[in-house]
Amino acid sequence: MKKALVSVMGVDKPGIIAKVSTALFELNINVLEISQTILDGYFTMLMIVDMTAATVPFADVAARMDVVGNDIGESVNIQRADLFDAMHRI
Amino acid sequence: MIEINEIMQTMQMIHEQHFDIRTITMGISLLSCKKNTDRETAEAVYEKVTRSAGKLVAVGETLEAELGVPIVNKRISVTPVSMISGSDPMAIALALDEAAKQVGVNFIGGFGALMHKGSTIAEECLLESMPEVFQKTERLCGSVNVGSTRSGINMDAVRKMGHIIKKTAELTADTDGFGCAKIVVFANAVEDNPFMAGAFHGVGEPECVVNVGVSGPGVVQRALSEIHGQPFDVLAETIKRTAFKITRVGELVAQEAAKRLGVPFGIVDLSLAPTPARGDSVAYILKEMGLEMAGAPGTTAALAMLNDMVKKGGVMASSHVGGLSGAFIPVSEDIGMIEAAQAGCLTIEKMEAMTCVCSVGLDMIAIPGDTSANTIAGIIADEAAIGMVNNKTTAVRLIPAPGKVAGDTVNFGGLFGFAPIMKVNSANNDEFVERGGRIPPPLHSLRN
Repeated sequence: MKKALVSVMGVDKPGIIAKVSTALFELNINVLEISQTILDGYFTMLMIVDMTAATVPFADVAARMDVVGNDIGESVNIQRADLFDAMHRI
Repeated sequence: MIEINEIMQTMQMIHEQHFDIRTITMGISLLSCKKNTDRETAEAVYEKVTRSAGKLVAVGETLEAELGVPIVNKRISVTPVSMISGSDPMAIALALDEAAKQVGVNFIGGFGALMHKGSTIAEECLLESMPEVFQKTERLCGSVNVGSTRSGINMDAVRKMGHIIKKTAELTADTDGFGCAKIVVFANAVEDNPFMAGAFHGVGEPECVVNVGVSGPGVVQRALSEIHGQPFDVLAETIKRTAFKITRVGELVAQEAAKRLGVPFGIVDLSLAPTPARGDSVAYILKEMGLEMAGAPGTTAALAMLNDMVKKGGVMASSHVGGLSGAFIPVSEDIGMIEAAQAGCLTIEKMEAMTCVCSVGLDMIAIPGDTSANTIAGIIADEAAIGMVNNKTTAVRLIPAPGKVAGDTVNFGGLFGFAPIMKVNSANNDEFVERGGRIPPPLHSLRN
């Protein structure tokens, strides 16, 4: 499984999950887990997704997330989950 | 499954605590480039470097985007040039500088020589060319190894390096002697160091290799900020755990980069490398341990522990650890060190003591422009002696800023930062330095 983390930071407003997950759906990326919280006053949403069947390369997904972020006025990033596994799992 | 709090911790490290991969450095052997003339060699060097490292920057940038961790520098180290050069090393220097520009790396290291026991004709020519080379090139760095635990100290090379540093400073006087920031004088130089300016690709290395240097003084500082008042045992454990996490990311990046570049993975260098940014300082870690500033009594002990715990935490996180692996204590590149030097709390003599217990040496220290070549050579000899006797790598990177006196400030910009000119003990040492010859290697029994 090629897992990645989508992180959304900014101000809480309606439609964030809808917009981000629609974009992911269009790229055939499956959402595995969602968590959201307020951190230092900022809305923070984290999504763990499975990119195994994604229809486009990673860089294109990242570009698409950028577009969605601009659209909804939030910072939307995607990064491979290997990073977190490496750091926190032996 | 990864826990949300672990994700948040990683993201805070990156976004708030300046955690980054400091460098992906590709080591390239130039031994196959040696031709009949230096001009032909230079052409072969340019061709090999641009071919081998053509994808380096792109791969670094892709990995940075995919993992979301900044990879600050992409660099190249090459075989010490004196092994392939003849009477005109300048031609090869210019080819290396051009190659670096062509592939988009900010520094290329290896314009140097290994002279710990003596010098060849080519090495003498290369040494001679150094001041002009570092005046005329932009991205080239070099180092000279003048001593080792097994062979002692080559005092002829030490004396010459004093003059070369002086001359380089004079030729680059318009930038306060910045040329000297690209020259490192080593004892016990390592062959797989990915950090500049001292990186070179040793002769024991493979054809091509990828080495990665991690960093993260800010991450360690932050971890320590949460355990004030706790005993040293807790301090040690906290540093180890933090170093482990940082190094794991270095290992991941190194393995991925090697795979994508199609070259073997060499080592991860565990060094804590500061930058002039606030919150990215090794000196601030010492502060967090309870010292008012770097240089206060206790500094050497604090640094000894920090250095050792970084290694202990890091070795388990990587399959191959190497390079310089320790805490760097440059002056101009560390805001906490700059502040301590400005306040007069940190002197060159105290730093010399600090270098006995940590990586690497007297680094990026600006000294008065009228410091004599022999005084510089004396400082190099002292530092090399520390390395030789303690079986560790030591280095000297001094900048005698032309026209500046103690108390002035020089600004090198970017990652090189700015530095107060530090006072140098200028008592005469001419007879000592000018003796020449070699200091024999130390005995390894009867250690007291």
